[in-house]
Amino acid sequence: MIVKGLIDPGKHFISGNFACAEAALIAGCRFYAGYPITPSSEILERLSSRLPMVGGHFVEMEDEIGSMAAILGAANAGLKSMTATSGPGFSLMQENIGLGMITETPCVVVNEMRSGPSTGIPTRVGQGDIMQAHWGTHGDVESISYCPNSVQEMFDLTITAFNSAEKYRQPVIMLPDQVIGHMSEKIVVKQPWEYEIVPRLTISSRKADDKLVDFSTDFSPMFLAGTGIRGNFESLTHDEMGYPSNSSAVEAKMMNHLLGKIRDHRDSIVEFEKYETDDAETLLVAYGVTSRVMERVVREGRNKGLKIGLFRPITIWPFPDREIRKLSKRVQRIIVTEINYGQYSHSVRENSDAPVEEMHFPPGAVPDPDTVLKSISKPAKQEKHRREKGK
Amino acid sequence: MIQGKGHPKDAFLRSERLPHIWCPGCGIGIVLNAYLNALALSGIPREEVVLISGIGCTARLPGYANADSYHTTHGRSIAFATGMKIANPKLHISLISGDGDLFNIGGNHIMHAARRNIDLNVICVNNFNYGMTGGQHGSTTPAGSVTASSPYGNLEQSFNLPYMMKAMGASYVSRWTALHVRQLTRSIAKSFTVRGFSFIEVLSVCPPNFGKDNGFADAYAQMQYFREHCEIDNNADLHNAGVTFSGDRPIILGDFYHKTRPTFHDIEREIIERVRVDR
Ligand code: SF4
Repeated sequence: MIVKGLIDPGKHFISGNFACAEAALIAGCRFYAGYPITPSSEILERLSSRLPMVGGHFVEMEDEIGSMAAILGAANAGLKSMTATSGPGFSLMQENIGLGMITETPCVVVNEMRSGPSTGIPTRVGQGDIMQAHWGTHGDVESISYCPNSVQEMFDLTITAFNSAEKYRQPVIMLPDQVIGHMSEKIVVKQPWEYEIVPRLTISSRKADDKLVDFSTDFSPMFLAGTGIRGNFESLTHDEMGYPSNSSAVEAKMMNHLLGKIRDHRDSIVEFEKYETDDAETLLVAYGVTSRVMERVVREGRNKGLKIGLFRPITIWPFPDREIRKLSKRVQRIIVTEINYGQYSHSVRENSDAPVEEMHFPPGAVPDPDTVLKSISKPAKQEKHRREKGK
Repeated sequence: MIQGKGHPKDAFLRSERLPHIWCPGCGIGIVLNAYLNALALSGIPREEVVLISGIGCTARLPGYANADSYHTTHGRSIAFATGMKIANPKLHISLISGDGDLFNIGGNHIMHAARRNIDLNVICVNNFNYGMTGGQHGSTTPAGSVTASSPYGNLEQSFNLPYMMKAMGASYVSRWTALHVRQLTRSIAKSFTVRGFSFIEVLSVCPPNFGKDNGFADAYAQMQYFREHCEIDNNADLHNAGVTFSGDRPIILGDFYHKTRPTFHDIEREIIERVRVDR
């Protein structure tokens, strides 16, 4: 079926933020609530114009707390919903991201990373929300977070994020950095029918004593407001009827379900890209705009005879643990390069058999590949020296 | 589970969840009863009824009603409901929550929902304190009141909720007490018919927390105060309608304000019809 009003198939020269907005419409997003914040505001602006054109709803809320609450409300009324923000707003959203997790509400949260902490440098790049995307809300959750490194990927992963939100029934995070959001590149948009769009699984009828959710299966259909289900949506720890409980046995059952549905399907969620890793002695790990810089470092390093490769996680979470473990057995060292003061390096180290070094870049600028290449060449020699000493 | 013949409201209640958590003498049950009576009067099909709340004693009310119920985060129920109502304007959404939830932590959201004229029926049960956490003072605690966190008397001035909500743009504003059940029921039934943001404040009784340190030994004492000091004035100047228990001024109740103006949904529908290209 051809849906009118969507972006035309073919080539477009478009910004990351506009690509995200257009992809959301293809994925079926018909509700957006948000609060303006640099560098994500163009997503909000574009959707304020585009959503009514396809019969969708747009509301500019009073803050990011309200924005996150509003998309959960809309999702429970049956619409695919999204918000977009940046660090300070992402901090405010954490409370209701937790509500989305415990109530299994599908929705997409775009957090465009700028410099922090606090207001930081609003208009410049950062990658400081890596840990927050997983551990920002209180309690235990399994995060699904996508980190695009091009405008094309911003487009494609936005659709994937909506699909994952529906499949796994939870808020899914898009984690581009400021550069990816603001830069314009050529993208190719496929025909609408070439995109897989995951529809929502809903409860169509329910007898009074039917369970509202089945904790023993990974994917339960959800109840929508106003469809006669008479369900209870509950922010408290609850049982399969949706009723609150103080019992730790019920808590364990609910949490096993919430965490298990992601852990059991980790292989279908995790996405990554490897570049020149087959014979690499030094493995760079990089994501977002940093991975584009490191790709050049690998290319130029190879030209100079360095055995260097790149691992790029596309799902920041779930963490590609097995892939890192496997590579770490072959390489002599891993260098995690990121625009922060050491975040993803913690998870890499936890899953690596090789020594893990950290290369931090101060937020506010994109790292310079020549400087990186120079500094990589040096510790490699020390590394060799250390290996000889150990013999 | 309640044994025996049951209760006339059983069909409207999740009786398997009873007994409820409220204290003996609490006013919230009275509001639940009034709400269910108003709902029965209204004839709204039950599939279209949605109850939403935040966190607190009153926020547990939706969970006992046999309808779609949403127990959300503290203070955020209005924002959640804003999203739900915009997404599906056909739903009849009632928010029944406490003063702390709606006006302390949630104050920012409620004033914006009134300004936007989102078509919600908000019932604020005002118990003048944070009941669930043990009786601390909040923005509705009358000045001078002794609470768990104002041992020397509350040094802050309290909100005058009807005055505030009218100023914020609500389409309908009224105030009753847990004693004025018939008037309250009528107002709730009326709010179902109001297009736009409607706000009803219910002054309630909370014997173990607010009551005990402020001259009300039990629920009866506070109800007696309501009986002796309340004055119904539908045309009251809301500016002077602040609540005090000092005995020197009446507590003003009434069906204060009703004026319709286009809702968010009306205007949004016009825009969508004008610009949509998808069909
Ligand atoms: S603490 Fe007060 S408001 Fe809460 S249930 Fe008890 S009496 Fe009611």
